[in-house]
Amino acid sequence: MPWSREDLAARAAKELRDGFYVNLGIGIPTLVANYIAPGMKVVLQSENGMLGIGPFPFAGEEDPDLINAGKQTITELASSSYFSSADSFAMIRGGHIDMAILGAMEVAENGDLANWMVPGKMVKGMGGAMDLVAGVKRVIVVMEHTSKDGDPKFKVHCELPLTGANVVDMVITDLAVFSRPSRSESFKLIEIAPGVTAEQIRSKTPARYVG
Amino acid sequence: MSTSKSKVYPDAESALRGIVKDGMTLCCGGFGLCGVPEKLIGALHDSGVRNLTVVSNNAGTDGAGLGLLLVSRQIRKMISSYVGENKEFERQYLAGELELEFSPQGTMAERVRAGGAGIHAFFTKTGAGTVVAEGKETRVVNGETYILETGIVTDVALVKAWKGDTEGNLIYRKTARNFNPNMATAGRITVAEVEELVEPGALHPDSIHTPGIYVQRIINGSPYDKKIEKLTVRKRTESSHAMVS
Repeated sequence: MPWSREDLAARAAKELRDGFYVNLGIGIPTLVANYIAPGMKVVLQSENGMLGIGPFPFAGEEDPDLINAGKQTITELASSSYFSSADSFAMIRGGHIDMAILGAMEVAENGDLANWMVPGKMVKGMGGAMDLVAGVKRVIVVMEHTSKDGDPKFKVHCELPLTGANVVDMVITDLAVFSRPSRSESFKLIEIAPGVTAEQIRSKTPARYVG
Repeated sequence: MSTSKSKVYPDAESALRGIVKDGMTLCCGGFGLCGVPEKLIGALHDSGVRNLTVVSNNAGTDGAGLGLLLVSRQIRKMISSYVGENKEFERQYLAGELELEFSPQGTMAERVRAGGAGIHAFFTKTGAGTVVAEGKETRVVNGETYILETGIVTDVALVKAWKGDTEGNLIYRKTARNFNPNMATAGRITVAEVEELVEPGALHPDSIHTPGIYVQRIINGSPYDKKIEKLTVRKRTESSHAMVS
């Protein structure tokens, strides 16, 4: 049985380490915050200028001056700090953020990532995604293994315009987990969802991988 | 104190008088509808100036923030990182009525910061190997590819702060800070609107985010009716760490 959205978030959360500064993308990556292990300290960064994202506010306690990068209302923690957009991306681009967990449209076997633009459709913009993948130490992609039409998303080459070249370290899909120790090495199949076979994964994965 | 030297203007309309013109370039603070200089944008709308080139992370929503200037067709070109919340923007862009330059969010912030700091160009790895690098000079340093991006300075910058004093010193509040301090440095003339305008000495010098040297004009824009784009709350029963929407 393929992993659910919640399973994917929980699996991605296993990559977190105590003391990490982490940026979570919109969608399933946001759910990762719910699975941070008890006792583990993880500081969430919001690229609009905040470290230490707190939980969503209780109704009536929302503050229009306090939002995350997805424009949702949030709260602050005792340890939070605020800073400008230039400072925010200095810490992102400068390699000070330990991990980014993002969604994707396509990932290539060489670690290329496409997650911002579909030619022919109205382009909304890359926001901070290109800066995140260029600068964050470790980039984890969480995505469905295939598109809604059944097309594989982990491919030999990305066909969509890239967000970054050779920037992905781990791919977590609803069927499997692929990882590589460094960006000069190939991805390796390291986990398979329950009830899914290695053969099924191979048939839905044009990208070449080890294992 | 001589009145002629005062940075303080009675309202947004008077603060823009004599400094806005057709075809000018503009930096505008804000992220989504958070920390947007809405009173100054309203006055810019009323001024009727056209063919604006606007540097702003987003383009507002339909009829709010910079969306107001889109509806009135006053913007010719946007330099932004994300414009997904605005149907009128999409319509004008697809009809070829509006020019758009995408700049990655961090690159845009740095272009503005650099422009204000007298750095006219810089190499960054953001966007290397993507369409963002097309037509730009690239350089390989220690095996890593960097692309040349240019600093941004505009005729006018509009920013929103929480508190300001009559010298133009500004303090922002929470994530309403965002691009505002960076934009404030990149305008040849910077106009600030604040929720509370105080006398010098009322703000602690150690707490100032934007020193008054960057601000030429300032208004008290209150009262504010701040908008929330995506109200997200949790139930009282959920654990204190629950982040699920």
